[in-house]
Amino acid sequence: MMKEHNIYVYMLIMAGVTYLIRVLPLTLIRGEIKNRFIKSFLYYVPYVTLAVMTFPAITQATGSPISGAVAFVAAIFLAWFGAGLFPVSVISCIVVFVIEFFI
Amino acid sequence: MWSNRQAFRNGNRDGIPIALGYFAVAFTLGIAAKSAGFTALQAAIVSLTNLASAGQYAGFTMVRDGASYVEMAIMILVTNARYMLMSSALSQKFDPQTPFWHRLLVGYSVTDEVFGICIGVPGKLNPLYPYGAMLLTVPGWTLGTYFGVVMGNVLPARVVSALSVALYGMFIAIIIPPARKSRVILGLVSVSMVLSALLTYVHFFDFIPSGVKVILLTVVIATAAALLFPVTEDPYSAVRGEGSEDDKAKGVSAS
Repeated sequence: MMKEHNIYVYMLIMAGVTYLIRVLPLTLIRGEIKNRFIKSFLYYVPYVTLAVMTFPAITQATGSPISGAVAFVAAIFLAWFGAGLFPVSVISCIVVFVIEFFI
Repeated sequence: MWSNRQAFRNGNRDGIPIALGYFAVAFTLGIAAKSAGFTALQAAIVSLTNLASAGQYAGFTMVRDGASYVEMAIMILVTNARYMLMSSALSQKFDPQTPFWHRLLVGYSVTDEVFGICIGVPGKLNPLYPYGAMLLTVPGWTLGTYFGVVMGNVLPARVVSALSVALYGMFIAIIIPPARKSRVILGLVSVSMVLSALLTYVHFFDFIPSGVKVILLTVVIATAAALLFPVTEDPYSAVRGEGSEDDKAKGVSAS
């Protein structure tokens, strides 16, 4: 084994492993899954994953946890009353930007 | 299913906020890459070939620490394993007739965000939709990294802070409309957030890498939900198809 690691080998490993993780399920699972449990499981996965990734991470992404928390509440409010992806996203940013002037 | 043109255009539209958020996040990632000894071009290539925030960050740290190649491979596998779940879920959104090469290409684009908007598409997924989004998100991510290395801290911290919630705002816009229509999903989203907070704030769990926490919670909660509330024939119609025209006109399922 080499003493000095080559940065391009690292880059190749990163790209290769990441791509395989993503593409294998998409290419191996070709048809529609019939099993009711697996079907239900895969149906619920996105909602759980996105919820888990959003909170409390949103309060840790900003300069202050308060601005992140307010953006979180504002985004839920807007989305609940029918605002789309782009408005919710942009207004969240504006909320953080404005609130951080006061803290 | 959307026509090709429609799908591509909608992908463009929904890709804009993602690309903006990506640029900001990738910018900070570029700073991490620089400290690990990457040139701007190398860091940009890593971003172009990985499209993975946590995975790349972990990878940069491994390079900085001179980890072995095997350690690197395992670290990438662990931090990115959630994409395996997402790809599996996404495989069910494909028309079974979708050509193989589309799967190879869409597979490349499965990020948290692009996966999120793909799941929000009513009915089956036209691959042109993620392509339309990728056209903006991939350059946003790659260029953000490049400029992060080159310009370091030139973007005011306040702006980076504001932009970094763009992605979370989008996640919320994806999960809230179905949660409003289905009590099960509403409960599921609430439980997920509470347990996620628990695993984040209780120091006992600090030894678990954050990527692994996401997988653990997803598998446990989604399994419980699948056992308690098994879905009927076509689950997606339950929260999307039955929506009124009024609901379709706004937000995620706009066409």
